[in-house]
Amino acid sequence: MMSYLNQFFFGVYPYICLVVFVVGCILRFDHGQYSWRSGSSQLLRRKQLVTGSILFHVGILIIFGGHFVGLLTPIWVFDAIGISHGAKQVLAIVAGGFAGVMCLIGMLLLIHRRLFDARIRATSSFGDTSILLILFAQLLLGLSTIFVSLQHLDGHEMVKFMEWAQRILTFRGGAAELVAEVHPIFKAHLFLGLTIFLVFPFTRLVHMLSAPIWYLNRRGYQIVRTRKQNPKQPAAPAQQ
Amino acid sequence: MKIRAQISMVLNLDKCIGCHTCSVTCKNVWTTREGVEYAWFNNVETKPGIGYPDNWEDQAQWNGGWERKKNGKIQPKMGGKLSILSKIFANPDLPEIDDYYEPFTFDYAHLQKAPEMKTAPTARPRSLITGERMEKINKGPNWEEILGGEFSKRSKDYNFENVEKEIHGQFENTFMMYLPRLCEHCLNPACAAVCPSGAIYKREEDGVVLIDQDKCRGWRMCVSGCPYKKIYYNWNTGKSEKCTLCYPRLEAGQPTVCSETCVGRIRYLGVVLYDADRIEEAASVEKETDLYQSHLDIFLDPNDPEVQRQARADGVPDAWLDAAKASPIWKMAMEWKIAFPLHPEYRTLPMVWYVPPLSPIQSMAQAGAFGEKGSMPNVRDLRIPMQYLANLLTAGDEEPVAKALEKLIAMRAYMRSKSYEGEVDETLPGKVGMTGQQIDEMYQLMAIANYEDRFVIPTTHREEVEDAYDLRGECGFSFGDGCGEPRKAVEWTGLFAKNAAKHKV
Repeated sequence: MMSYLNQFFFGVYPYICLVVFVVGCILRFDHGQYSWRSGSSQLLRRKQLVTGSILFHVGILIIFGGHFVGLLTPIWVFDAIGISHGAKQVLAIVAGGFAGVMCLIGMLLLIHRRLFDARIRATSSFGDTSILLILFAQLLLGLSTIFVSLQHLDGHEMVKFMEWAQRILTFRGGAAELVAEVHPIFKAHLFLGLTIFLVFPFTRLVHMLSAPIWYLNRRGYQIVRTRKQNPKQPAAPAQQ
Repeated sequence: MKIRAQISMVLNLDKCIGCHTCSVTCKNVWTTREGVEYAWFNNVETKPGIGYPDNWEDQAQWNGGWERKKNGKIQPKMGGKLSILSKIFANPDLPEIDDYYEPFTFDYAHLQKAPEMKTAPTARPRSLITGERMEKINKGPNWEEILGGEFSKRSKDYNFENVEKEIHGQFENTFMMYLPRLCEHCLNPACAAVCPSGAIYKREEDGVVLIDQDKCRGWRMCVSGCPYKKIYYNWNTGKSEKCTLCYPRLEAGQPTVCSETCVGRIRYLGVVLYDADRIEEAASVEKETDLYQSHLDIFLDPNDPEVQRQARADGVPDAWLDAAKASPIWKMAMEWKIAFPLHPEYRTLPMVWYVPPLSPIQSMAQAGAFGEKGSMPNVRDLRIPMQYLANLLTAGDEEPVAKALEKLIAMRAYMRSKSYEGEVDETLPGKVGMTGQQIDEMYQLMAIANYEDRFVIPTTHREEVEDAYDLRGECGFSFGDGCGEPRKAVEWTGLFAKNAAKHKV
C-alpha cells in the first residue's frame, strides 16, 4: 500500500501538477488576462508592506533560484567543477537558511497584515489568504528540513532529490522509488511544493511569470500604438 | 519632421464656477465601480490648497514627472529603468488611499428602519473598503472646497513658492480660484515611461493616453510616475485606471462627458498638430521657465501649406487637418497665447491647457483709479498674485501670464466700449498686441462660446482600420472583462472565488 501511495505522490502527482500548471497558465493568460496581475494591496495599507514585501520577495527569489539550480543541474556538472556533494549541501543549507529566515520574517509581517488589518482582511479573497498560508507552511517545512539535513552532511540525500527531479522532468521511470525512504518532512515538503504548482494558475502567483525584466530592454521610454499600419483585414466570408 | 495630431483641451478658468458638474458626470460614467470609489478621473480643486491627493504638486514628495540629468537627458524622477524595477516589491513613492481619502457611504437604511427613539435617527458613515463604521470622516474628494479649513493647512500649497503667503492668510487679502483637473494626455507621458509592463500607450491617431487593461499587471509605478496623480490603482481589480478622454465619444465626434456637461461652458476641445520628432528636445530644455515656450514651439501652424503637405504624408486625415484649422485650442493656446500648460516644469508636455482667471482689483478701486476711460488696470494689482498663477502655469515665469491677463482685460474693456459705451476704443487691442478683429473673435469663442465653436472634433475613421463585420455582437466599451457586470472577471480569479457579499453597506 505504502509503495502505491509513494508511486502516486512522487511518480504520478508531479505530472498532474505540471500539466495543470502549464495548461492552466496558458488558458488563463489567453482567456482571462484581465485577472492576470500582482494583486498589490500597498495602496490600502503601506504599513508592514514595504519591509514585509521586500524581505519576502527577495528571500523567496533566492530560495527559488537555489532550488532551480540545485535540483535541476546534473550532478556531473558539480563533479566536473569539483564541488563535492557535501560542500554543495552545506552551501544549500547556509544560503537557503539565510534566505529562508529573511523570507520568514517578511512572510510573518505579511500574514499578520493580511489577517489582522481590517482593510486588507476585508479585501482579501480566499485565494489571497490561502496561498500566503500555503507558502508559509512550505517555508516552515523547508526550514525544518535543515535539521534533518544536519544529520547527514555527506549530501547523499540531496543527490536523491536531484535525481528525482531530473527523472521527472526528463520522463525517466523510477523517480518515486528514489525518494521512498527519505524523512517524512522531505516528503511533505515535496508534496506541498508540487501542490503549489497545481494551484498556481488559479492564484495571484501567476504574476511572477510576468516579471517585467524586459522593461530594461525597452528602447526609449514612450510607447505609441498605431492602427494605421495594420493591414486591412479582408472581410470574413459569409457563412453559407 | 513627423507630424501627429492630438485632441487637446483648454479650460477657461476665468469662467469656472466650481460647480463640480464635470466631476459628477465623469464619476457616474466611469468610476462608480468597487475599487475606484476613491478615484476621480476629473476633480475640481479650490486653490490655494494642497489638492487631491494630498500635496500632489510637490514632486519632492512624490517623485512624479521627469528630471533633467547633468548630461542634458531626461529620465523619470523616480529613477532609471533599473531603479524603477528595484521598487517593484514595494513602491516607496506610492500614495496610500488615505492620501486621497477613505471612500465612505452612510447608513441610509437606518433612517427608515430605526425603532422609535427619543432623538431623530442619523445616517452614520461606513467605510466602503472594510464595511465598518467610521467614527469620523477626516477627508473627502473635495475637502478644501471654497477655502474650507484653516489657512495654515492650505498654505502648504506648492504654488506659494516665492509668494509672501502670510499676507494672503489675512481675511481681506485672501483669494481663491477653481482648478478642474483631469489626465493631461501628455506628449511625453511619465506614466507610460515608468510602466514596466508597457501597458500604457499613446494613441497615434488622437494622442489619447490609455492603459491596456489586459496588459496591466498592477506594478503600480504609473501611479507615482504621473506628476498629476491622475492614474488610480483599482484595489479590487488590481489594475490601474485613468481618464480615457472619453475616447469612445471622441471617435464619434462627440465631446468628452466633462466638456459636454460643463454648465459654465469653460471647456474647449480641438485638434492640434505637432512635430513628434521634437518631443524629447522640447522636454529637455535646461531652464524650467523655457519649457512653456519649447512646448509651444513644437506645435505646427495648421494653415501652413508645408505643414499640411507633411501631415498628409504622415497619415493625418483631411478631416483632421480641417478640424485643426478651426481648432479653438490653436487659437487660444498658440495664436492668442492666453492658455497655458499646467505645471510645465514636470516636463511631461501636458495637453490640457488653462486660461488663467481674472480676479478683483482691490487696491486700484480703493485708490479711485479704476474705471477711468481708456485706461487699463495693472494686472499685477489683481487679487490672485501673479506669481501664484505663474507657479501653476509657467514654472514661475510671470510675463506670459501677465500678458494673457492683459488680453482678457482688454477684451472686456473693448467689448464694453463697443456694446455699452457706444464708442469703440480702437487703441485698446494694439496695447495688448492684438487687432480689433482678433478681439471680436476671442469674444465670440470665449464669452459666447457656442457649442460648435468650443468642440471641433473630427470623427475617427475606424472603418479604415477595423472590419465592422468582425465586431458584430460585441459590447461597446468594457474594462476587458466582457459585457456583463464589471466584477465578474475578478470573481473568476479563483478556484477561490471572492466572497462578494463581504461588503455589507
